Amino acid sequence: MIEGILIGLSTALSLTNILMVMVGCFAGTIIGMLPGLGPMTAIALMIPITYGFDPSTGLILMAGVYYGAVFGGSTSSILLNAPGIPGTVATAFDGYPMAQQGKAGKALAIAAYSSFAGGTISAIFLLVAAPSLSKVSLAFRSPDYFALMILGLTAISAFSSKGQFLKAMMMVVLGLMLATVGQDSLSDITRFTFNNMNLTDGISFVLIVMATFAMSEALTIIFRGKDPNRAAKQISLTELGSIKVNKEETIKMAKTIPRSSILGFLIGVLPGAGATIASFLAYGMERNYVNEEEKQKFGKGSVHGLSAPETANNAACSGSFVPLLTLGIPGSGTTAVMLGALLGFGIQPGPRLYQTNPEIFWSVIMSMYIGMVVLLILNLPLIPYIARILAVPRNYLIPLILFFSVTGIYLMSFNNFDIFLMIGIAVVATFLRLYDFPMPPLILAFVLGGLMEETLRRSLLISDGSPNFLWDRPITLIILLITITIVGWQIFSTFRKKN
Amino acid sequence: MRISPTKFISLLFLVLSVFYLYTAYNIQVFAFDENAPFNARTFPIYLGWAGIILSSLKIILPEKVTAEVNHKHLDYKSITYLLIISLIYAAVILKIGYFISTSLFLFASYYFLGERRWGLMFILSFPFVAAFMYLLHGLLNIYLRDPFLKYIGVMG
Repeated sequence: MIEGILIGLSTALSLTNILMVMVGCFAGTIIGMLPGLGPMTAIALMIPITYGFDPSTGLILMAGVYYGAVFGGSTSSILLNAPGIPGTVATAFDGYPMAQQGKAGKALAIAAYSSFAGGTISAIFLLVAAPSLSKVSLAFRSPDYFALMILGLTAISAFSSKGQFLKAMMMVVLGLMLATVGQDSLSDITRFTFNNMNLTDGISFVLIVMATFAMSEALTIIFRGKDPNRAAKQISLTELGSIKVNKEETIKMAKTIPRSSILGFLIGVLPGAGATIASFLAYGMERNYVNEEEKQKFGKGSVHGLSAPETANNAACSGSFVPLLTLGIPGSGTTAVMLGALLGFGIQPGPRLYQTNPEIFWSVIMSMYIGMVVLLILNLPLIPYIARILAVPRNYLIPLILFFSVTGIYLMSFNNFDIFLMIGIAVVATFLRLYDFPMPPLILAFVLGGLMEETLRRSLLISDGSPNFLWDRPITLIILLITITIVGWQIFSTFRKKN
Repeated sequence: MRISPTKFISLLFLVLSVFYLYTAYNIQVFAFDENAPFNARTFPIYLGWAGIILSSLKIILPEKVTAEVNHKHLDYKSITYLLIISLIYAAVILKIGYFISTSLFLFASYYFLGERRWGLMFILSFPFVAAFMYLLHGLLNIYLRDPFLKYIGVMG
């Protein structure tokens, strides 16, 4: 492990990579701060920039963007009560009341320190957990991987869909259907191309991400532009107050951070669960832990109530890298985007990444520490200035997002069919979003589609077409039982609500 | 009878799944692969059936309304303009090149979204795109095809 850490440090501490972490954290903070634009959009917009980089540099940039976007999301939660991402909704519960009391600067500082601590502690967990899990996951066979992917897709549908499990599962199927367009990987038979040469290689992952996130988010903002509730939100950027945290508040944070970090990391590791669930659970857990007097302050500007979700959502970000780096299976929509980008670099994450590309494996982990430090020392003093980005008029913001989306696709293919296709998919995605059809399950399914078909093919060929492979191995059976439990729980909770 | 938008979308998804399944059954596979436990048709066929089952359930089961969309507040005009500009942009990007088409796209988008500060609109279109192209092509060494700039000798 020491050797790995040194490899990681030597890569992550190169001048280019430190610069990339800084650029990533800064750009991520700005994009994440804008209400409606989250880490997936931020990472998607960065993909064209990473085309010229080597894989570790590209991944380091994207990891920086991820942390920056989560941190930026908490800024708009605290100042505007308009969370940039779902993972920072719980931050607004106590952060916004603090801002209303004239302590916005203090709330932002508490959020920054908690994010830093949560991210750093969980990066240590990742350092220990990832290599061990990599060794364990070498025992995984095709049926286990297939079952694991089914579990991941079911879990993300259950957790990301606001009680609309069926809608999310429909998005999963749609994502898998889109992934089957183009040549079959084994037989080279073309499928669903309708004699269009542009579809022979399949639909590009970047195109799908840009269309369903960057472009459709921009179109949604425009679409809802005249919504009075949204238009009414105004911000006073001049009265942020002091960013100093006193001794009593530091002690409160010190109590909250360790337990929220552990919870956040564990939730982040689970497939499908992520920063959102981690932050809500941490908020609820913290409320149960504190004394009666502190409990009364929750929702009115409690330090515990602000620190817990902020710590947990950053810890969950590190946790979500565990399944990506060790199994090659992303646990969340954001890490699915990163997996797609990695595949674009010709890197297949998984248990062997640890052995075949140790510099990538370790440099990403080490860059997380650097990213946390950068976030703290770069962003905290700059918050009053960065916060002004919230005042950027949408008249400039939207065209620039569209410009980055189109450029990303143009750089990749140099044909206009892909741009037309992206616009078409973005329009469909915008309407689907309006009616609460979630997009993260679609992205995860699209990314996993090829691998899922491959593992199903191997499993069925080995078992000679029999479905026995689903219960022959104990690991497969356990994973499938967990999946069935999740589906059963969704059905049970739906009926319970109705009654 | 009034059908809710969610059920209408599910109905469209059902139609899509039926069409997908029909196409999946018609995928041409090699003769020796026809009766194999897994061929190029297998996975799409499973997906087609999954789509039909899920969308049918969504149509049949009673709906819990989560997304109340007030169509009066949706800005159809701006989005239509923006989409038309985007389609024109996509159509001309290969013919007139990246620099001019992108700069004009940005300028037109700012205008149709209601911006009238001409100086700022200009800076955030032509010089901005030029700077971005320099970043990609000049600094990051990412090839950016632009026949127009090549023709006038700006790009190699």
